Amino acid sequence: MQKQSIRMFLNNTYAAYTVAGIFLLFSVLLGTSIGTVYVPITTIIKIMEAKFLGFTTERIDPMFTNIVLDIRLPRVILSGLVGAALAIAGAAFQGLLKNPLADPYTLGVSSGASVGAVFTLYFQISIPFVGSFTLPVVSILFSLMTIFSVLTFARKIERSMRVETIILTGIIFSSFLGAFISLLIALTGDELRQIISWLLGSVSMRGWAYIKIILPFFIFGSVILIMNAKELNVMSFGEERAQHLGVNVQKRKLIILISGSILTGAAVAVSGTIGFVGLVIPHFARLLWGTNHRHLLPLSIFIGGGFLIIADLISRTIISPTEIPIGVITALIGAPVFAIILLKRKKVERSG
Amino acid sequence: MIGVRHVSGGYTSESVLKNVSFEVGTGELLGVLGPNGSGKTTLLKMLSGVLPIRDGEIFIKGKRLQDYSIKQLARRIAVLSQHSSQSFSYTVKETVSLGRYAHQQGWFQSWSKEDEEIVQEVMMQTGVSSLQNKNIQELSGGEKQRVFLAQALAQEPEVLLLDEPTNHLDLSYQKELLDLLKNSTIKNRLTVVSIFHDLNLAGLYCDRLLLLEKGTIHIQHIPNEVLKEERIRSVFHAEIKKHPHPKVAAPQMVLLPNLERIENTVKIDQDLLSFSEEFIELTSPIALRTMSSGVLGSGVGWYQKFVNRHVDKKYNCSDHRDEMSVFLKTKGFEPAETVGMMTAVFLEDAAYQLYEQDDLSIFVVVTAGVSNAVDASKSERHSFEILPGTINTWIFVNGELTEEAFIQSIMTATEVKGKVMNDQNVIDKVTGTIATGTSTDSILIAATQQGKCQEFAGTITPLGGLISKAVYECTTRAIQKSRKRMR
Repeated sequence: MQKQSIRMFLNNTYAAYTVAGIFLLFSVLLGTSIGTVYVPITTIIKIMEAKFLGFTTERIDPMFTNIVLDIRLPRVILSGLVGAALAIAGAAFQGLLKNPLADPYTLGVSSGASVGAVFTLYFQISIPFVGSFTLPVVSILFSLMTIFSVLTFARKIERSMRVETIILTGIIFSSFLGAFISLLIALTGDELRQIISWLLGSVSMRGWAYIKIILPFFIFGSVILIMNAKELNVMSFGEERAQHLGVNVQKRKLIILISGSILTGAAVAVSGTIGFVGLVIPHFARLLWGTNHRHLLPLSIFIGGGFLIIADLISRTIISPTEIPIGVITALIGAPVFAIILLKRKKVERSG
Repeated sequence: MIGVRHVSGGYTSESVLKNVSFEVGTGELLGVLGPNGSGKTTLLKMLSGVLPIRDGEIFIKGKRLQDYSIKQLARRIAVLSQHSSQSFSYTVKETVSLGRYAHQQGWFQSWSKEDEEIVQEVMMQTGVSSLQNKNIQELSGGEKQRVFLAQALAQEPEVLLLDEPTNHLDLSYQKELLDLLKNSTIKNRLTVVSIFHDLNLAGLYCDRLLLLEKGTIHIQHIPNEVLKEERIRSVFHAEIKKHPHPKVAAPQMVLLPNLERIENTVKIDQDLLSFSEEFIELTSPIALRTMSSGVLGSGVGWYQKFVNRHVDKKYNCSDHRDEMSVFLKTKGFEPAETVGMMTAVFLEDAAYQLYEQDDLSIFVVVTAGVSNAVDASKSERHSFEILPGTINTWIFVNGELTEEAFIQSIMTATEVKGKVMNDQNVIDKVTGTIATGTSTDSILIAATQQGKCQEFAGTITPLGGLISKAVYECTTRAIQKSRKRMR
């Protein structure tokens, strides 16, 4: 079996981290270098040296410096952070709900966050003392409300909360919330294209300001999730068994759901809804290394970040100069993967 | 170890369990029985702390269940539930290792040498060591169940709660699992509370049984007391019959299939008997319940074919059972389905007759030779030597016999035989006294188990009387015939 051999090769934790790390670095360099103007990688390294280490060996074309530092790098970092946040949130949701099809998008959390974001933008709300963080904070609150509604509703349908039930509920909520967004868009009347493009997800022209918005939430959510990796391992065997094994299920579940929603909400606030990252990346990381969340979560960060940088790169270069929304690229990759996982699951169920 | 006092509770507002109280001692194996919906699983879930207790108290080691933190409780109690679905592919070892969760402290929760040793030990105990790098999704149901047992044991619990642990296991693993649990209760003083569906397994392994009915305790007692026919019949609403385990002092229950009785009564008589040079054969159209001594098919059983084989006087074989079985096979009988006897008597000297009285009938076949007759009261003077049986008595009863009646039939027939020896003046050649039989006599009681039930077969009961008369007449005739030939 091919899968087995990949696993064998990467069974070493260091090897898995090395592969994931190289992938991320490679994506960052590629993402910074390629575009309407090609910036050689050596130049990029020199610019970085100049900017962050403070020494210059030779004169660099200021145009390159501008492109790299003001346009490409923030864009790459932002997409990396969004990808990482969505991937780790997806991995956590999947482990918690012992559901390989769960991700912020399929659970409807992304839609919830979008409603929050659109709501904020439409009414031009600004919460006192929060200031520029109003957008992510409202998005996070909406994601939290959505995830709890989805889970409560799914539990009402079926106590055992089968995989398919949760996903179906998530999709119902997604459609419902999507209608709300459409309504708000219809009410705005003008600037339609811009909002739709935001909805489909985009990391373009956001600049360093947006990085500052997502970064604290990203660090906070990720650290908490990684600290709960062991509990996630136990809970992926079911809540009841987790309690038998000594996990305070109610408390941990709440912590994990809140962290996941913080990550999702923050990511959606800066980039709109980008689907399937949280679904595909954890699945891929699991293939690479296994299911142990202690390493699955950090690996998802690396791979998720790299993946979204590449996806963004494709979206802006493939039919350049027109940019395709990044959500289109991730959906094109993600939806078939979703289908494959679903098929495989059914096969396991039938044979098992 | 566990004290349950006046506990009620359940999933919804209506209590599944009502006022349940019992105690479980350290090192005890308590079986929980009951029909579906009687509250077995609810009880187990309340013991494991998953379901809230509405009324009453549960004490674990003298401390209230609610006063334990979830982690503390996991160090005391482990649970093996009925089935568990698993969406992600952990390896067997990873799965078992999660059992150590409750024993690890702090944020970093490092894996200690002790953890590793315990995990290896429990994997060895449950026989999953060789699977440890395998993916849990690739395992069979039985293997999975053993992995989860290993996980539970890795918690080093003092109490183990099991919900039908043998559900997915085949026969040999059922036995292995229960042996393992039983030995742990003895060696490590592990306390086990387990739900059983299989009454027989429960009766075999448990120290005590708790029988639940509609959320209340019907009885809690030793297996022999709980597994009573009337009790099980009324609680489970199923036709069952209790009988003893052949090797262990444990009660066993068997189901009685509720099939339409075919009222086409079978009658065993001379029409079914056939003679050949080498053997007398009786083939019954249905299997008969038998109790017999003889070369093959002895003891209690159900048989359809009965063979009394003539062998030479000098017949001597180190393994006569094996030889007999080979003989039967060559004659087209299946040895496992045949009651086989041997005699040196010429078969044409057999005496047989159908006896009828009212609605009762018996058919008796006797072959008798008394050349090595023995006075049983002085039998210590005889040296032991297996000789081909010389008085073989077959009694076929067209009726239903209780076990008691079977034994009484044998007693009656034997007493009558002694009387015949007396009346025929058969002498023990060694002691010179009147003999009571020969050293290798065999007897067969076979009943059709149809028609009227004969509860007793003592000498003055209708059946006993008929047997007395039949055996007396047939044996006398057989001895006389055989003696005539000797002269």
